Amino acid sequence: MRLLRIVPDDTKFDFMRFRRISFPMSAALSILAIVLYFTHGLNFGIDFQGGTLLEVQAKSGSADLQTMRTTLGGLGLGEVQLQQFGGPADVLIRIAQQPGGEKAQQAAVEKVRGALGSDVDYRRIEVVGPRVSGELLYKGILGLFAAIAAILVYLWFRFEWQFALGAMIANVHDIVLTLGFMSVTQIDFDLTSIAALLTILGYSLNDTVVIYDRIREMLRRYKRLSMPDLLNVSINSTLSRSIITHVTVAMSLLALLLFGGPAIHSFTATMMFGVVLVGTYTSVFIASPILIYLGVGTGRTEHIETPAPATPAATPAKGQQPTPAKARP
Amino acid sequence: MLYFSRWKAIAIVSIAMLVCLCAVPNFFSPQTVARWPAWAQRHIVLGLDLQGGSHILLEVDVNDVRQQKLDQVRDDVRRTLRDAKIGYTGLAIRGDSVEVRIREGSDFAQAYSKLRELSVPLGGLLGGTGQRSLEVTDAGGGLIRLTVTEAAMNERIRQVVEQTVPIIEKRVNELGLVEPTIQRQGSDRILVQVPGLGDPQRLLEILGKTAKMEFRLVDVSMSPQDALATRPPPDLEVLYETNKGGQKIPVLVQKQVMVSGADLTDAQATFDQRTGEPVVSFRFNSNGARRFAQVTQENVGRPFAIVLDNEVISAPVIREPILGGSGQISGNFTVESANDLAILLRAGALPAKLTPIEQRVVGPGLGQDSIDKGKLASYVGAVLVIVFMFVTYGLFGLFANIAVAVNVAMIFGVLSLLNATLTLPGIAGIVLTVGIAVDSNVLIYERIREEVRSGRSAISAIDAGFSRALATILDSNITTFIAAAVLFLIGTGPVRGFAVTLGIGIATTLFTAFTLTRLIVATWVQLQRPKVVPI
Repeated sequence: MRLLRIVPDDTKFDFMRFRRISFPMSAALSILAIVLYFTHGLNFGIDFQGGTLLEVQAKSGSADLQTMRTTLGGLGLGEVQLQQFGGPADVLIRIAQQPGGEKAQQAAVEKVRGALGSDVDYRRIEVVGPRVSGELLYKGILGLFAAIAAILVYLWFRFEWQFALGAMIANVHDIVLTLGFMSVTQIDFDLTSIAALLTILGYSLNDTVVIYDRIREMLRRYKRLSMPDLLNVSINSTLSRSIITHVTVAMSLLALLLFGGPAIHSFTATMMFGVVLVGTYTSVFIASPILIYLGVGTGRTEHIETPAPATPAATPAKGQQPTPAKARP
Repeated sequence: MLYFSRWKAIAIVSIAMLVCLCAVPNFFSPQTVARWPAWAQRHIVLGLDLQGGSHILLEVDVNDVRQQKLDQVRDDVRRTLRDAKIGYTGLAIRGDSVEVRIREGSDFAQAYSKLRELSVPLGGLLGGTGQRSLEVTDAGGGLIRLTVTEAAMNERIRQVVEQTVPIIEKRVNELGLVEPTIQRQGSDRILVQVPGLGDPQRLLEILGKTAKMEFRLVDVSMSPQDALATRPPPDLEVLYETNKGGQKIPVLVQKQVMVSGADLTDAQATFDQRTGEPVVSFRFNSNGARRFAQVTQENVGRPFAIVLDNEVISAPVIREPILGGSGQISGNFTVESANDLAILLRAGALPAKLTPIEQRVVGPGLGQDSIDKGKLASYVGAVLVIVFMFVTYGLFGLFANIAVAVNVAMIFGVLSLLNATLTLPGIAGIVLTVGIAVDSNVLIYERIREEVRSGRSAISAIDAGFSRALATILDSNITTFIAAAVLFLIGTGPVRGFAVTLGIGIATTLFTAFTLTRLIVATWVQLQRPKVVPI
């Protein structure tokens, strides 16, 4: 049987050449994302903003959004957003936080229930008071930073500090770009978004670590290979794995996106963007070349040894022995 | 890397099978499982988002607690000064303090020392921390200020929460709900989670009511309208009764409470024998019965008010002394509202107001939809991945698929063992784990491919592929695991469910990658003695 080879066995793609494009591009995109964040903002869901969310299903089989909008608009509840959610009968109603503290939020639900009466089934009701939403946001941000810090410490122990720093820059880059994506698409930013961001972080790091692992191995094995070449060899030899893995992850996410229902739609869409697009790009075009700027392998001379990159195990016994010499800059 | 002793192989397979077997109870109905021995009953609990239910976070109203505390201090001050026959003026609550001015300078020293006695050490006899309940200061000009200390407030809030939890438990249990969980959260919060509930609004109403029941006399010396227009005398106040038409009718009642709900021993919803309307019948304890008898004897022909949380439920006229210690309340009840009131009276009043600050309710229909969609997505994802792996790696892809299938079964096994809660994001976590599990195989196989290209023999390449890839797998999975752990620690509800499945998934992935996949390939190598690696 002929097996699928997504990446030809002997790729020698010069990824490092792109660092002169990828760094300015990433910098520009990151700045754009930050500008978007401040001008366009995120579409904070009720988790972080407080307010009320009702998911209703019209008993008649199709919801009349126009009538509902008029009915609910007349209740004096401030901004009321209605949105088709899934099927034609399903409507998502979002009510901004009511002034007047915790009790006022409950009163708003009562009003909506009174107005819509028994024409609809209440499939979901969520009320988040002002105090809880503040705490959730604080906890979410705290969690994000705590995760980055914990992962960094781990990488610092396992690799050199330059690797940890490189991974962190890549991380922040991932999160900034994903936030930019969420700002452009105005996807709901809620608790599950924090979960998505953390998973993106985990995956992107996973990818970065796989390449870093190879770079470390190469650094030990080829003492005299120039840094850009060494990075190229490392990325090329893990390229097939990167792509196959991301195809499978993308398949899983695609299934969730298409069939998982509207409740996890924003979650999977964010993951798709973060894991498949940004995470992969970052580990190849940012996390790896940045090691050069962080001074990994500065003692190396340029282009003295030219090994055949695809045959790194020409000296098979070497790789298995733990090499005592550490690759210090 | 490719050699397994017989015992090791048996151990690996049995562990994998045992963990998978733990998932078995989930395939049977709860009724069937209930007949099994206790150790076999562990199963996955569906989260509220999947089976439907209510999640309500209640917070003790700290201002209410503070107000009560200050009222109490003010009453204590009044009593103390009266008992000592010391003249005072301007006794009032100002901010967080109670202030009082002593009339005669000659009384001041005595008053000051008497009031200082009101401040008691906190923490009872045991474990006293040296902190006191009040800070009593001489504000000058005969003014004494008593401030409730922060420690005393916190102590009181703690007590309030402690007293509230059993009352909430009683109310929820009286509603006949299945498997409710009621937990304290933080210093002043209580989380109530009730799966599969038909009417969440009713639960919220029952939880949020303080249910402070009072029997008070109605004052008929002036009309409520006049009282409202002028300002009622200090010992009277105007409360409102809602009539059948929904109108609010003012009633002038005494502030003094004849008998309070604390003296009730029982309350039941019944029907009035004459009118057939739903009513709540109640019974007092001996103390309450004596007081009620006395008051009704003295006030025949006058109306009295039954007050619940400062609203008049009804204000009947006392036709004859009620000596038996029992009676009934009628007040525009429906069968349900009569029932609810009976529940509230039986469970007792909350020591302070509770405010719902977070509420998440999922109807059972949406839950079932989510399960169906989650299942479909998982199946589709699984099929896509299985086919892709087979197309890419052939026989080895098949091995990988077996390992991933065992992996997923093991996740369900571990979730069952932990009695963990499966949420919709949790299902997403499982689907993503499939991705991670596949990745571990991809890492191994790609490494084998590389080793083959570098000219190794088949067996040597497989061996080297495993040993080098496993280090990478460990590193990369630990980073993801750290993210999952943080999610678990900070997350609530659904996010936590995601973190749990992701974390367990990473653990089972490491297990299968390090043992099972290796064992399968090793067995195949032993049987086939391959000259060429078929990937």
